[in-house]
Amino acid sequence: MTATTMGTMTTLISFLQEPLQYEFMQRGMISAVLVGIVCAVVGTYMVLRGMAFFGDALAHTILPGVALGYLVTGGAREPLFWWALGTAIVASLGIGAISKSAQIKEDTAIGIIFAGMFALGIALISTVRSYAVDLSHFLFGDVLSVSVQNLWLILIFGGIVLVVVFMLYKEFTTISFDPVLAATLRLPVDLLNNLLLVLIAVTVAVSLQTVGVALMVAMLVTPAATAYLLTDRLPRMMLLAAIFASLSGVVGLYLSYYLSIASGAAIVLTATGFFMAALGWKRVRRWLTPSPRSLSSTPSSGSRHPLP
Amino acid sequence: MAGWGLSPVLGGKTPPLQDKKMYPNTQHRPDQPVLDVSHLTYRYNGREALENITFHLHESERVAIVGPNGAGKSTLLKVVAGVLQPTSGEVNIYGSHPDKHVCIGYIPQRSQVDWNFPVTVADVVMMGRSARLGPFSWPRKKDWEFVQHALETVEIADLASRQIGQLSGGQQQRMFIARALAQESELMLMDEPLTGLDAPSQEGILNLLDRLKQERVTAMVATHDLDQAAIHFDRVMLLNHRIISFGEPRYVMHTNNLVRAYGGRLKQLDGEQVLAVDDCYDDGDHDHTH
Repeated sequence: MTATTMGTMTTLISFLQEPLQYEFMQRGMISAVLVGIVCAVVGTYMVLRGMAFFGDALAHTILPGVALGYLVTGGAREPLFWWALGTAIVASLGIGAISKSAQIKEDTAIGIIFAGMFALGIALISTVRSYAVDLSHFLFGDVLSVSVQNLWLILIFGGIVLVVVFMLYKEFTTISFDPVLAATLRLPVDLLNNLLLVLIAVTVAVSLQTVGVALMVAMLVTPAATAYLLTDRLPRMMLLAAIFASLSGVVGLYLSYYLSIASGAAIVLTATGFFMAALGWKRVRRWLTPSPRSLSSTPSSGSRHPLP
Repeated sequence: MAGWGLSPVLGGKTPPLQDKKMYPNTQHRPDQPVLDVSHLTYRYNGREALENITFHLHESERVAIVGPNGAGKSTLLKVVAGVLQPTSGEVNIYGSHPDKHVCIGYIPQRSQVDWNFPVTVADVVMMGRSARLGPFSWPRKKDWEFVQHALETVEIADLASRQIGQLSGGQQQRMFIARALAQESELMLMDEPLTGLDAPSQEGILNLLDRLKQERVTAMVATHDLDQAAIHFDRVMLLNHRIISFGEPRYVMHTNNLVRAYGGRLKQLDGEQVLAVDDCYDDGDHDHTH
C-alpha cells in the first residue's frame, strides 16, 4: 500500500512539476496569481456596488487604445500595457461621467459607447494582415507570452492598487454602503468614486494579457461573487475572493497545459466552476439545516429587499 | 458648547475628545440656533419640491415633520444635512453652512439600505467615526470604545458582531442611531424611523429619542404617524412642499391644517375627528384618527 501511495505521490508531483519546467509556464502562473488577487479585491467592491456591466464595458472599451498602440509600435507587446492603461483610465472616467448625465439611461449609454469603441478596436486591428491571431490574443488573453518585464509591471501596478485599497478601505466601504452618510461625513465622495474607477481601470490594464478584454469581467466579478456566497464579512470576502482567483489561475493553467485549451478560457472556466460549486454547496447546506431566519421574528431580515 | 456628550450615560468613562478641535464643526457659534432655515427653495426637474421654507430649531428640541407622501420630507432632511444644495435660500447650522459640519447624523429610511452588505453592526457604527479618523487611517482602540459605548446606549451591544441583515427592524434603527452617536451628532435627522416597526419597537425608538433629548441632541424626525407626532414631539411641522403649520402639536394638529396638508386624502368624520388616509404607510395600519 505504501508503495502504491508513494507511486501515486510521485506521479502527482511529476504531473504538477512537468509544466513548470517551462519558464513561460512559471511566468504565466505568477502573473495569473497576481492578476487574480488584484481583480478579486477590486472586484469585491464592484460586486457590492453592482458594477459588473461597467467592468465588462470598460474592458471592451480599451480595445481601440490597445489596437492603436499595436499599430504604432508595429506589433511589439511590451508597450501595449501603457496604451491599455491610458485608454482604461480615460474610458473609466468617461463612462463614469456619462453615467451621471441623465440624458438617456445609464446602461443604454454605456452599451452604446462600449460596442462602438469595441468595433473601432476591431476595425483598427483588421487593417493588419495577421489580424486574426493578434485579435484573439487581445480578446482572450495570452498569459503564456508574459515577459519578465510584463511581470514587473503587473507587480508594481497591482501592488499600487492593493495599497490604495488598503489605505482607503473605510472610505471605499462607506461610499459603497451609504453614499448619503459619506456626504454628511463630508468625505470627498466624487473624488473617491473617481479614484475607484481609476483603480478598476488600472486593474483592467494589468489583467489584459492574462485574460483578455472579452473574459475580463469574469476575473473581476466571479471570484468576488463566489466569496460573497460563502461569507458576510467584507475583509473575509476579499480574502476568499483572492484565494479563489489565484487558485483559478493555477488550476486553469494546468487544465490549459494538459487539455490543450486556451489559457484565458481555462482560467475563467475554473473560476466559474468554483462559483457553481459554492452555489451548490450553499443550496445543499440550506436544504440540510433549518434556516435561522425562519425562526426569527423578522421575516424581512436577510432578504434582498427587506422592506417594501 | 459641550454638544453631544456620552458622559451622563457612561458615568464618566467617556473617551477623551482632544482631537475634536481638528474638525470643521468646531466653528459652532453658541449664540446661533442649531438649525436656521430661511426662504429655502429646492427645485428638482423644474418642480418645486420645497417652497420658501423658513424655520429654526433650538438645542435639544424634538421636531416631527408630518405630511403626505411626496410632500418633500426626505428632501428637506437632505438639504438640511447638506447632501442636496438648495436652489435658493439658506440653511445654517450653528451659524454656518451645513457642508462644513460633521455633526449632522442622517438616519436613512430602512428601505434605502442594502441589508445584504457584508458588514457587521459594529462596522456600520464605526463608519460614523470616519470623519473623525481622517483618511488613510484605521480605527484605534479609542474608536472601538466609542462604538461599544454607542451600542450600549442604544442597548444592542450584544449584537455588535452580527451581520446587519440579521437584525430586526427596531434593531436596525437602533444601529443607525448608534452610528449617529459614534459620529458625535448634535443634530439627528431621521427619515421615517418608525415606519414598518411593530408597536414595542416604535416605543423603544421613541424612548431613545427622550434619552437623546437629555443629552441635548436635537432631532428632526419625518413620520407618517400623526398620533406619535402629537404625543412625543415638542413641535410638529406640517409640510406639503411648503410649511402649512409649525408649532406645538396642540396648535398644529387642527382639522383645517390637516386638510390643507393632506387635501383629498383626509376624510372628515363626526365632529372634530379627522381621518388621514396615507397610501404609503406599509404595516397595514392605514388610518390615523384625531
